[in-house]
Amino acid sequence: MDAAQALADLTEISAQIEGAVLAEGDGSVIASTFPREERGAELARAALELLAAADQSRADGQELVQLQAVTPRGSLFAVRDGGRVVAALTGAKPTVGLVFYDLKTCLRMLEREEAKAEKAEPAPAAKATETKPRVGKAASTRKTSTKKKEEAPDEGS
Amino acid sequence: MRARSVVTALGVAAGAAAAAAYWLRHTGAPREHVDLYFADGSMVSFTPGSFEGDKLLPIARRVLAAARG
Repeated sequence: MDAAQALADLTEISAQIEGAVLAEGDGSVIASTFPREERGAELARAALELLAAADQSRADGQELVQLQAVTPRGSLFAVRDGGRVVAALTGAKPTVGLVFYDLKTCLRMLEREEAKAEKAEPAPAAKATETKPRVGKAASTRKTSTKKKEEAPDEGS
Repeated sequence: MRARSVVTALGVAAGAAAAAAYWLRHTGAPREHVDLYFADGSMVSFTPGSFEGDKLLPIARRVLAAARG
């Protein structure tokens, strides 16, 4: 699953989310559900701007992980995890907990898929080294099975 | 008798005002605010008029206005 697919799943699962964007911590857009590219970039920039401004609101250095800005025109959600940010726009009065849950799930699914892909990458080399012993084992089992077949009629008679 | 009807009318008016206030609060446009959630599980809410609210809400307003066209 790539980032675009993760966002597509997100908007499909959560009907309240009108549009969402996934961005790196530096503001570069990874994927967006907005038909116009600049809308996605603008939302990503705003989410990062909000997170940066909100970071300064607490003096004890606690890490800000998510925020919701409520206006009469709708809500803006932003969730930050592992250097990435997913931001979404909803209509007025969304189910806050559900939207946050869906955004976090989107980020985690993407991370999981990337971890799987990273593990899978060195696998071809490992398979190549493992191929020879497997062939050997397969050959030995074939021999054993042949013996059994040969022995089978003896046992029966 | 007259005093009793005045008290009744006042009671009805007060009840209607309370019902209207409840209805407006629960069905009207949501009040602007920004909720911040931190890694330790704590949450802080800022409303317009506070320093953080006045700093954060214009950004959200701008994006939502642009998104709504």
